Amino acid sequence: MDKSVADPASAVEGVADGMTVMVGGFGGSGAPIELLHALIDRFRATGSPGNLTIINNNAGNGRIGIAAMIDVGMVAKMICSFPRSADPRAFTEKYLAGEIELELVPQGTLAERIRAGGAGIPAFYTPTSYGTDLAKGKPTGEFDGRMYVQERWLKADVAIIKAELADRQGNLTYRKAGRNFSPLMAAAAGLTIVQATQIVEPGEIDPEQVITPGLFVDRIVEVADAQQEEALMRAGVAYS
Amino acid sequence: MTDKLTNAQIAWRAAQDIADEAYVNLGIGFPEMVAKFQPPGRQAIFHTENGILNFGEAPPAGEEDWDLINAGKKAVTLKPGAALFHHADSFAMVRGGHLDVAILGAYEVAENGDLANWSTGPKGIPAVGGAMDLVHGAKRVAVITDHVTKDGKPKLVKQCSLPLTGVGCVTRVYTSLAVIDIENQRFVLREKLPGMSLDDLQAVTGAELVVDGPIADLIVPEL
Repeated sequence: MDKSVADPASAVEGVADGMTVMVGGFGGSGAPIELLHALIDRFRATGSPGNLTIINNNAGNGRIGIAAMIDVGMVAKMICSFPRSADPRAFTEKYLAGEIELELVPQGTLAERIRAGGAGIPAFYTPTSYGTDLAKGKPTGEFDGRMYVQERWLKADVAIIKAELADRQGNLTYRKAGRNFSPLMAAAAGLTIVQATQIVEPGEIDPEQVITPGLFVDRIVEVADAQQEEALMRAGVAYS
Repeated sequence: MTDKLTNAQIAWRAAQDIADEAYVNLGIGFPEMVAKFQPPGRQAIFHTENGILNFGEAPPAGEEDWDLINAGKKAVTLKPGAALFHHADSFAMVRGGHLDVAILGAYEVAENGDLANWSTGPKGIPAVGGAMDLVHGAKRVAVITDHVTKDGKPKLVKQCSLPLTGVGCVTRVYTSLAVIDIENQRFVLREKLPGMSLDDLQAVTGAELVVDGPIADLIVPEL
């Protein structure tokens, strides 16, 4: 078994118009910049994929990664908890112009909805958001004397994530806090695409250190010196 | 005589109530300041929503590792005994009631413990982050805030007028003028600035301040 592909462009093949795409990362930590930029390259060349729904904690920063996708007009809807950043112009401009839809989800609820999607659990109850505007229209229930809000699972056509090590069977480790949503997203998508800092042979990752088992992963591509959002921001780089 | 406490002094006062080895989450911005005012000999373990327990101070400029950040997207370092985990585990710690204390900022706190701290109304870009999870997670949810708004309006009120972050969730409020517990849907005054009368404090508070037991002087060092 070998899930590796040659380059980021091949890795994101099949990501199509109208799809729902989970993107790993919290701010720039763990953000799969090269895979996102490969999608932008294809959009520029062919006009596709557009009309995407993107699921991430944030809505991009500056003019790179998700922000650049929003800026060039690939994104119809964001599902996120915190669409603000050091430089949120890309999202803010589209949102205020009514050109992008926002589903705002509390951060822990977002994580758990994705986890539930991957685990085959269609709905769950959480105390988070009970009695607030974000619970409007949702069923509630009382358990042991406390009120809870019913939340539904979240699944996606594609997950695009960044790992540290990947073996050819797709077993993954992550780097520091770059892990964040990625193990949850890997399980919740029909097609999971990974950029890894290094691809190694099966057996080279100690099985006890595997964070995401290869079963959840479909394609891996090695990006050895991956770009980092914060470093690009400071260097004034824009991809849109 | 002090007119009111500075933000650093409010943070200092809140830090005095954090026990050694407590697991603590500090909201982004002003509450992050609490970490540096831990009394000598005490070492809380700080949690950040994006997946770190036991993180430390920012690294020197130029030595940042941008995969190692806190919920406010600021670079941090790891202390010995730190742990990294994914977001579902991180919020299991929050929602599962495993944190001892969460300290957040506030736009408004109501006498029944309702908190409004995420939205100032329909204008602008709504953003909630982990606040709605945190208020239902920790064993103790405390707020640090100026006693009044920039326009001088009370932030401690009978009922919140802004969109809620959570209902009945706050147990203690540290303000620029006082320390107040929320018990049985009432503001119970515990400490106030020594130079301030109860009447003057009541005048800038939007709901009744209940006196139930001794009121200590709120004394904080110059910082």
